[in-house]
Amino acid sequence: MRAPAPAWAADLNDETIALAEATLGPALVHAVALVGEVQLFVQRDGLVPALIALRDTPGLEYQQLMEIAGVDYPERAERFDVVYNLLSLTRNHRVQVHVHTDEEQPIPSVTGIWPVAGWLEREVYDLYGVLFSGNPDLRRILTDYGFRGHPLRKDFPMTGYTELRYSEEEKRVVYQPVSLAQDFRTFDFMSPWEGAEYVLPGDEKGSLPQAKGAYTPLTADQAQKAGAAETRTAEPRAGSESYAKTTADSTVDTGSGGPESRGAPKPANPDVTPGSGGQNQ
Amino acid sequence: MTQETVAPPAPATTTVDPHVDQLLDQPSAAQPTEGDVTIQNYTINFGPQHPAAHGVLRLVMELDGELVERIDPHVGLLHRGTEKLIEAKTYIQALPYFDRLDYCSPLCMEHSWVLAVEKLLDLEVPIRAQYLRVFFAELTRISNHMLNLGSHVMDVGAMTPNLWMFEIREDCYNFFERMSGARMHHNWFRPGGVHQDVPLKLLTDIADWLDTRLPQLFEDAISLVADNRIFKQRNVDIATVSRDDAIAWGFSGPMIRAAGIPWDLRKSQPYDVYDRMEFDIPVGTRGDCYDRFMVRVEEVRQSARIMKQCLRDMPEGPVASSDRKVVPPRRAEMKRSMEALIHHFKLFTEGFHVPAGEVYVATESPKGEFGVYLVSDGTNKPYRCKIRPTAFSHLQAMDFMSRGHMLADTTAILGAMDIVFGECDR
Repeated sequence: MRAPAPAWAADLNDETIALAEATLGPALVHAVALVGEVQLFVQRDGLVPALIALRDTPGLEYQQLMEIAGVDYPERAERFDVVYNLLSLTRNHRVQVHVHTDEEQPIPSVTGIWPVAGWLEREVYDLYGVLFSGNPDLRRILTDYGFRGHPLRKDFPMTGYTELRYSEEEKRVVYQPVSLAQDFRTFDFMSPWEGAEYVLPGDEKGSLPQAKGAYTPLTADQAQKAGAAETRTAEPRAGSESYAKTTADSTVDTGSGGPESRGAPKPANPDVTPGSGGQNQ
Repeated sequence: MTQETVAPPAPATTTVDPHVDQLLDQPSAAQPTEGDVTIQNYTINFGPQHPAAHGVLRLVMELDGELVERIDPHVGLLHRGTEKLIEAKTYIQALPYFDRLDYCSPLCMEHSWVLAVEKLLDLEVPIRAQYLRVFFAELTRISNHMLNLGSHVMDVGAMTPNLWMFEIREDCYNFFERMSGARMHHNWFRPGGVHQDVPLKLLTDIADWLDTRLPQLFEDAISLVADNRIFKQRNVDIATVSRDDAIAWGFSGPMIRAAGIPWDLRKSQPYDVYDRMEFDIPVGTRGDCYDRFMVRVEEVRQSARIMKQCLRDMPEGPVASSDRKVVPPRRAEMKRSMEALIHHFKLFTEGFHVPAGEVYVATESPKGEFGVYLVSDGTNKPYRCKIRPTAFSHLQAMDFMSRGHMLADTTAILGAMDIVFGECDR
């Protein structure tokens, strides 16, 4: 890894996966290390025993639950991922535990294992509408009192449905349907040849199989592994000498404009090009 | 504070067991006889507009006389939907939102974001940029702790130290202005490095400041409170948190260190050039509010130590990666190179594409572990960016920490937690 990201004991990834597979048994659906981070996919029903095992098994020892994140993939049948980020203080290792669910199936609450989960689950419930069975206090937490909907779902509009303003007539804050002076601007930046999912006009004619050697975007994990193979041999953080400036005199480096005489010779007629103080000086 | 008496007429809550009272044949508080006064629990609202609430915090407190029985913090009054907004912005456009999370330590918020993006991109960062980031992140830590320490002592009754520490804060803000042009929302860390190099005069000025003005003002201010009898009476043994509780409640930063666990991400999971720095981690012994205060006091001294090492070792060189697919070209280059102009145009309209993957990157912000869980789907916008605020776990512990303490202690407890609502509510 060339990036200066936090260096925890990522070399323990493989043994962590092996030990997790041995300990969790069938509750563990899938385990993989991507971009240097271990992802464990756990069955919903087996979540609580799995997390207890992750906390208490010697060699795993994930004492702290740092956070619970929801992710919404609306195209999936079980559209929500709930991700538990665990931290081991003794092994200096992190792991992410994924659970899948939909709008109705509740996830067993882990407030019995870590009391901190209370608010974290409330937040996922508030923003995504994921239910947690066994959480004693599953109220909304971040949104307004009396808010409807779950704002971080992908199908919830960015602007929401209501806005509030101070009403001079009623002398209080009132809610009203959102009215935008300008439409929400969204731009499509996907190149048509880099994986856009819609069909461009004319493209329907040639639905041929993809040719060999067609460009496929790398994932972060592949990029990192490729980079590791290239640069592992070098000392990752060299001394300061190699970073010393070598070309300080170029105007590109200093940012100052070059002397007048550089570049192309001036035309004789001063009307052809503007002199000093023209555009873009 | 407004009184919201709602409790129905019920038997008085008592700490005395009526069964034991009966055995001892004495009048029980649960069955009041003539002449006894029945005290009902009552509920009060603390905030959301209260100077000791450090922003918009609403605490619904259930009090038994002056003792706190239960606290229900209501947060979210500053919720701005940062995570939702980031999903619609490119990776460069998302950066300024991080300044606005914890607006007392903006650079430390940016730090987690740029490290997360760089981890997904697997992007190398020049060594000078790493030094500059560490240097100014530590200056941010000093500035953040000045606000927290000052307001903490003011919450428990002292005025002068706060004024002196705001002097230091003002100095820091002047330095930040010279660094980035902005006093508060810097937008200065970028994926691949930092936005611009700093003038040499700024570094020498900060070096002078570290040697003269900072220790003078800071040690003077701390000498007024650290051994002050009133300050100790208000803080020692208030809201003691054991090691096990600190772990179970997801504490981090000064809160977990005050509980006696030497855990600092700068040391245990070093990022940028923290692995080259020499510094000590202060640890508390009792886990009370006084320990939390003193841990932060020592962290300021250690931050100054780190900054001096940065100044000593910082090499010359580029301050941003030369990968033109991520880092925009310099202004002067754009005037002369067509290629640079195209890169600039692409980066500020489309932005750069980040390879698909997901990472959780956490850094040691002044308040604790500030994490970014970033899910990328290979496009130019994050698919999901979950921000792990430090305040969420700490504020949640407010209930058990202040149970059984006096109402006036809640301000000390809150002050020692160091909570900023921009970050808590996102």
